[in-house]
Amino acid sequence: MDSFTQRRRRDLILAAALAAIAACVPLFVKDVYVQNIMVLTLMYAALSQAWNILGGYCGQISLGHALYFGLGAYTTALLFTKFGVLPWFGMLGGGIISALIALALGYPTFRLRGHYFVIATIVIAEIGFLLFHNWDYAGAALGIDIPVRGDSWAKFQFTRSKLPFYYFALVFCCVAWFITWWLEDSKWGFWWRAVKDNPDAAESLGVVVFNSKMGAAAVSAFLTAIGGAFYAQFVSYIDPESVMTFQFSLLMALPAVLGGIGTLWGPVLGAVILIPMTELTRSFIGGSGRGVDLILYGAVIVVISLARPDGLIGLFSRRPASKGVPQ
Amino acid sequence: MGLLYGLLAVGLALIFGLMDVTNFAHGEFLMLAMYLTFFLFMFWAVDPLLSIPLVAAGMFVFGAVIYLVIIRFAMRAKANIGMVQIFATFGLAILMRGLAQFFFTPDYRSIPASMLGGKTISIFGVFLPVAQLVGALISIAAFGALYFFMKKTDFGRALEATREDAGAVALVGIDKNKVFALGWGLGSALIGLAGGVMAIFFYIYPDVGASFALIAYVTVALGGFGSVFGAFAGGIIVGLVEATTAMILPPSLKSVGIYAVYLLVVFVRPRGLFGSI
Repeated sequence: MDSFTQRRRRDLILAAALAAIAACVPLFVKDVYVQNIMVLTLMYAALSQAWNILGGYCGQISLGHALYFGLGAYTTALLFTKFGVLPWFGMLGGGIISALIALALGYPTFRLRGHYFVIATIVIAEIGFLLFHNWDYAGAALGIDIPVRGDSWAKFQFTRSKLPFYYFALVFCCVAWFITWWLEDSKWGFWWRAVKDNPDAAESLGVVVFNSKMGAAAVSAFLTAIGGAFYAQFVSYIDPESVMTFQFSLLMALPAVLGGIGTLWGPVLGAVILIPMTELTRSFIGGSGRGVDLILYGAVIVVISLARPDGLIGLFSRRPASKGVPQ
Repeated sequence: MGLLYGLLAVGLALIFGLMDVTNFAHGEFLMLAMYLTFFLFMFWAVDPLLSIPLVAAGMFVFGAVIYLVIIRFAMRAKANIGMVQIFATFGLAILMRGLAQFFFTPDYRSIPASMLGGKTISIFGVFLPVAQLVGALISIAAFGALYFFMKKTDFGRALEATREDAGAVALVGIDKNKVFALGWGLGSALIGLAGGVMAIFFYIYPDVGASFALIAYVTVALGGFGSVFGAFAGGIIVGLVEATTAMILPPSLKSVGIYAVYLLVVFVRPRGLFGSI
């Protein structure tokens, strides 16, 4: 228990140091292309952290998180383009809507186990995708083009510089990390790990399994939707293909899984390795249209998931990652 | 169409359902089978109908090799085995799509003329496309064969026993890797059958698998994991639901009906219609 407290303090210090370094990076890196990659990396780190709360800590493998991401993006974009509501309110609204929907969907789905649960999450997200694809008011397949109304923090639009987005993504990533850090030592965190390891045993010891899954789903969906809202503002154009596909749900989970599922640093590590690699291979060798970037990307995923089933985080600790957490 | 979904699902049912291994590269296996059919036709003018057994044989070897090279190791993971399988096969799917783009180019291909394509036959005044009809017959035969195989042969029983308890079967002298490699080969050969038929009337391109794979997962889960008959029944239900939904809703929403039926079924019966695990 003592080493657990120590480790948590070390984690917090390390996170603060990394955040401080990340905040200084743009002073030296002026290249817009590189900044773009850094924004995406931070965004994926945060999204994957959000996924990790439900999938990693609570053990409920959702491959339908694109739904919450899309809801966040669409709520923000629709409110702004149709009613002129500032994106900040849209972001909050999208988060709340997503959390409520996650609770409503969790009610029937959390009784399912294993593959049946995973497929249910995929299918629900796919229904959402198809509905948005056919919803004329929301632009259907064409999506929504968010009009540029000048750079300002109030409208959360910046056309001249990527830096404001970078700092928002950094804060978002830190918040997602901190929430996970805080939850790890809370009653919920312990419940979730118990539910993940053995739901029946947890139930018999007085953990309300169903409620703890619902709690994890709500937090996870809320954070994912914030990410969606951010993405909508960042690229200022969304369509169902770019924010709601099944592929995207997998991409959100991937950094957490390859980095170390159910660990504090796994999603961050996974994103820092994967996202720049994806973006760089795509732009340097993907242009040929011959799929070489896909070949490399696929091969890396296969190799990492086979070689490090615990995630890459295991390379950094003397003991296996799972031992660091009190069982 | 329902029987074709059934045929597609049966290969997956064997891998996903009976061996309890998640295979997210299922659609890419199908893509490969369709390309094999296409190239046999283009280079050696083998009619798709005749190439189906060849494609199935080729896919058998491919499936067994993939098991030995990748899946064997994915099943050995001690921690979060489900995720390792999902992402190892997802990585494989991306890899295969990339390779297909590299070697076959992203162009859409189709088989221009074949013994079955474009012809119709009239049965009791109802006109049916011959290719679909042959596909339906093949899938019924494949289901029958697999069902018999699983229940009546030693290998089928060994496969099921290995899934239940790999340690115990090792004690009675069954080599898990051998059994599962053959199982993967067999499952892939069934996908080969489906791909051979589908190549006749669908466009072939590197991403073709993705659209069918999700429906195949849903079909297997709807029928219930561990049940061959369930996958067959699931296929028929999915085909019927799709046809019905397409009449009520716009065509682009036809899959919504399938997904909704899956959700309804598992909310009432959490193990699918005929599932045992």
